Amino acid sequence: MRRPTHPPAGPGYLDGVRAAAPIGIAAFAFGVSFGVLARSAGMGRLAPVVMSLTTFAGSAQFAAASILGAGGGVAAAVAAAVLLNLRYGPMGLSAASTLKGPWWLRALTAQTVVDESWAIAQRDDGRIDRHLLVGAGLLLAVGWVGGTAVGVLAGNLVADPASLGLDAAFPALFLALLAGQLGPRETQTTEGRTGSERPPTVSRGPSWSRGRSRLLAALGGALIALALMPVAGPGVPIIAASLACLIGARRS
Amino acid sequence: MTAVWVTVVAVGLATMAIKSAGTLLVGGRTLPPRVQAALEHLAPALLAALVVSQALGGSGGGFAIDARLAGLAAAAVALVFRAPLLLVVTVAAATAAIVRALG
Repeated sequence: MRRPTHPPAGPGYLDGVRAAAPIGIAAFAFGVSFGVLARSAGMGRLAPVVMSLTTFAGSAQFAAASILGAGGGVAAAVAAAVLLNLRYGPMGLSAASTLKGPWWLRALTAQTVVDESWAIAQRDDGRIDRHLLVGAGLLLAVGWVGGTAVGVLAGNLVADPASLGLDAAFPALFLALLAGQLGPRETQTTEGRTGSERPPTVSRGPSWSRGRSRLLAALGGALIALALMPVAGPGVPIIAASLACLIGARRS
Repeated sequence: MTAVWVTVVAVGLATMAIKSAGTLLVGGRTLPPRVQAALEHLAPALLAALVVSQALGGSGGGFAIDARLAGLAAAAVALVFRAPLLLVVTVAAATAAIVRALG
């Protein structure tokens, strides 16, 4: 296992690429199916690829393409997509303190934030690792944009992602990363491949209470999402669930 | 064709603005401890919500129970046995694919 070229103790960009590899295949397959859907929705060949490159957020793109294809109009398509992407506001804020450089570079780096890269880049101390974020985000972008290009040019050469079970890969990834967030930190650091390379975290209070407040945040997020899913439009349950993080504000 | 490009440009610009708003507003400043403490709980809150919505969400909102749930259950079993991430994701996809092929 070759170490990344960066000498510091923390993970490097390649660790992010490696960590995202399992889900990169699913991102590619869904990129293909987005390309196919967008083409059949009358978006042409170039626009879907440009959209994957600039918007780079699966659920919003699927929603926008479906609405356009069904004749729902520009305003409805844009509103649905923006609502689905509002969750990147709090995610971007949580990554803000780790991004470095001039404003344009930070704004550019923030574009690598998607659900999966942001989740993979979580450190044990609750902050974001920039190298993991960028490495994972770039790999996912290559898969997503490349898949879209294949989809619009070649059509459905790849099997339907659902028939391969790839739609189950995303909740599984998030569950695995959630388990890592809630599990005892000691076992994580001795077992985790990248965990051993992470810098020691500054302990702030007893770890059991920290684990408990994280568990409360997770339960709160799940309950908010479950309660709103039947009544609110797509996107709303997730952005509302981010409010469960306020549980953590009581404990400082 | 124009409607398509208006949508692509509007959604792209809005998404880029949403993603970069945090870093552009905060810059290099250190956030107040309470805000930082809340943000450190964003991951469990959002990850749990993403598990729920990705496993149970229907395409047009609401719930849809299908093979994804079987895949998620298999992933949970793999996690109990401390399987690595690649295996957890693969087990989930394979289980969902098998359930779909049978059903």
